[in-house]
Amino acid sequence: MTAQHTRTHSIDVSSVLQAQKKNDEPLEPCIKVENLNLFYAQKQALHNVSMEMPKKKVTAYIGPSGCGKSTLLRCINRMNDLVDNVTIEGKVLLHDENIYDKAVNVAALRRRVGMVFQKPNPFPKSIFENVTYGLRIQGINDKRILEETVENSLRGAALWDEVKDRLNDNALGLSGGQQQRLVIARAIAIEPEVLLLDEPASALDPISTLKIEELINELKEKYTIVIVTHNMQQAARVSDFTAFMYMGELIEMGTTSELFTNPRKKQTEDYITGRYG
Amino acid sequence: MIKTWFKSGTPWIWLNAAAVSACLIMVIGVLGLVVVRGVGHFWPSEVVQFSYQEEGGRTETLIGEHVDTSITPAEMAKSTGHIMAEDEDTLVQYLLKTGNRDVNAADFRWILERDIKQQQVPPELMVVERREWGNFYGRLLAIKENGNMIAEGAAAWPIVQTRLEDALAVFNDIAHLEKKEVGAINYRLEQLRLEQKKLQLEKRWDAAAEQRLASEKAELDSIYKKYQTQLAELYQKIRRDSLLAQTASGQEIEIPLAKIVRVFQPNTMSLFDKIGHYGSKLVEFLADDPREANTEGGIFPAIFGTVMMVIMMSIIVTPFGVIAAVYLREYAKQGFVTRLIRIAVNNLAGVPSIVYGVFGLGFFVYILGGNIDQLFFPEAAPAPVYGTPGLLWASITLALLTLPVVIVSTEEGLARIPKSIREGSLALGATKLETLWLTVLPMASPAMMTGLILAVARAAGEVAPLMLVGVVKMAPTLPLDGNYPFLHLDRKFMHLGFHIYDVGFQSPNVEAARPLVYATSLLLVLVIVGLNLSAILIRNHLREKYRALEG
Repeated sequence: MTAQHTRTHSIDVSSVLQAQKKNDEPLEPCIKVENLNLFYAQKQALHNVSMEMPKKKVTAYIGPSGCGKSTLLRCINRMNDLVDNVTIEGKVLLHDENIYDKAVNVAALRRRVGMVFQKPNPFPKSIFENVTYGLRIQGINDKRILEETVENSLRGAALWDEVKDRLNDNALGLSGGQQQRLVIARAIAIEPEVLLLDEPASALDPISTLKIEELINELKEKYTIVIVTHNMQQAARVSDFTAFMYMGELIEMGTTSELFTNPRKKQTEDYITGRYG
Repeated sequence: MIKTWFKSGTPWIWLNAAAVSACLIMVIGVLGLVVVRGVGHFWPSEVVQFSYQEEGGRTETLIGEHVDTSITPAEMAKSTGHIMAEDEDTLVQYLLKTGNRDVNAADFRWILERDIKQQQVPPELMVVERREWGNFYGRLLAIKENGNMIAEGAAAWPIVQTRLEDALAVFNDIAHLEKKEVGAINYRLEQLRLEQKKLQLEKRWDAAAEQRLASEKAELDSIYKKYQTQLAELYQKIRRDSLLAQTASGQEIEIPLAKIVRVFQPNTMSLFDKIGHYGSKLVEFLADDPREANTEGGIFPAIFGTVMMVIMMSIIVTPFGVIAAVYLREYAKQGFVTRLIRIAVNNLAGVPSIVYGVFGLGFFVYILGGNIDQLFFPEAAPAPVYGTPGLLWASITLALLTLPVVIVSTEEGLARIPKSIREGSLALGATKLETLWLTVLPMASPAMMTGLILAVARAAGEVAPLMLVGVVKMAPTLPLDGNYPFLHLDRKFMHLGFHIYDVGFQSPNVEAARPLVYATSLLLVLVIVGLNLSAILIRNHLREKYRALEG
């Protein structure tokens, strides 16, 4: 295992950011991953991953199934803490603060880093209760604030017009695509800094997928977004940066246009041209 | 041919169907028997007068209700000592309820059909339901006021009816005064006595306290005196009238109206009268206290005790079971120890209930209750307060008995909540406790209700352990009344299941009580069905509300 630890990756993160800086406003890194290793019991799932994700941009993780992209994503809001026998080494810095520090309050961290899962998972409560769930946990019960937040969040998730007349209906009565947008509304209701999307459209039909993608484009105005996707076209459409992962290692990361048009690594090229994975 | 038939699986389908049918038939059979026997009990049957002469005996007149018929084959009848004629192949016997226990010593009598010389249904025959000695069957002769005849024969009948109504009203007044008002005063006097003893024990007994208690006691005493005079008046009033009746054998007896519940002439009753009579008997059965060693009257205290005990049990078992299940499933590290605990919990469900009763008596009543008495109620000694069987200990014992089902079904419910729901809540910044409280537990509530339904079904039907930890044949007071603190968990109570056992097998007059056993069984079944049904309705409502994610 020690051999794997010391293995290095020739990814020059700062050069990636530098490349962007030329034609854009200066990029501020929001999340930094430093030498992250993750073990499920004895099995190592992430190998010495380091990367930076810039603020208010969309970063996509692509790669074949089981390559560790979801695991990496779930490290950013410490969702992997829920798994038994997991060991994490290295650092994940959110605005230069290590989220794996002992002093970090995990619940508070997750308020700052929202997450949307592969399958829509609304609570079996009303639409209103779903969106206000995070606020109520924070002890906010003022009806006016709650109503305002519900409207803003649902508008933010492009769902308001469809559900404004039935906010008290059970959320499970919505269609799959609507449920997923409700879950996004629920996540943005607590105004996180980062939004983690774990294959948010993989369980949805093409039209719903399109809506979610449009939504991502709007959301990046306000949030730093990290998205895991199987679908390379989707990554190309929605993301500013793309990271390609393979067998728990970060192979290559760069601006989306560069990675898709001019990959530096043979593995990346093979993957995006569909030769394996 | 047969081989392919076996291979097709058809025989198994038939076997399964047969098993299901057998179960259904048994359930319907049990319910049918209980309903038929229990429901018929309150219907007024006609009273028949027989002219009866046993072989070589003299002719006697019998009056009674025909209750049962038994047909014995000649061979068997001979072997039991009956002399059978050549042409007789069966011996027919009737069971007659002749009542008049004060005269005849027995309520029931078997008579031979062949010895009945004559059979009539005279309209003037009267049934008197009495508070003592069971029913009286016979003819009304006269009604007396203060020992003076005021009406005779048929003319007495309407007077009896109106006078009886008055007497019943007075009786109710007396009962109310004695049980409610005087009962409350006695309760408060007892409290004062205990308070005095407590103050003495704590060495705080001084002149001021003595004066205060004395004045309170004097006040209660004066109220009590007032009630005493009221009661004396009422007793005088109710003892005024009596009726004179004649039994089948011509003996005359006098029955005070104070001892009568109702008088009726079943042979002249119209269908409408009979329905009215049935209704009033049913109301009495459901709402009144038992009489005559539980074989007559109502079973309200038993219904109340059963429901109360089951509710108390539910209140105790649900939080315990749910908390234990949540710890086992959500917090404990899964491994050898949790497996051991689960095995232990499952085995608890298999322990015979009487063992729980013994444990409850030994641990809860004697150790726990005894210590509570020593610590908190020293003034009551030597009389125990909690150191004796009572409602609280019975409820706790049954809660222990039903704990496994609640734990197991709650655990199953928790296991069924999708991981994605928990993650969704945690990802919104909820702590584990908030996730449990706001999302997981509400979603698992239908499973908890399922556990509770099973627990209620088991607890309501359980009798054996209760006999050790709180159920009695006759409880003078309900565990809930108007005296502070209203809910008396230390009191003993009555229970339908034990009532059935007691009436059916421990009463002096088993024959008379048997229909009551069926009626009580029917009621016990209905109470359990009612309790279960309400729990099921709540569960279905919760299920609808927290319908888990599909797929």
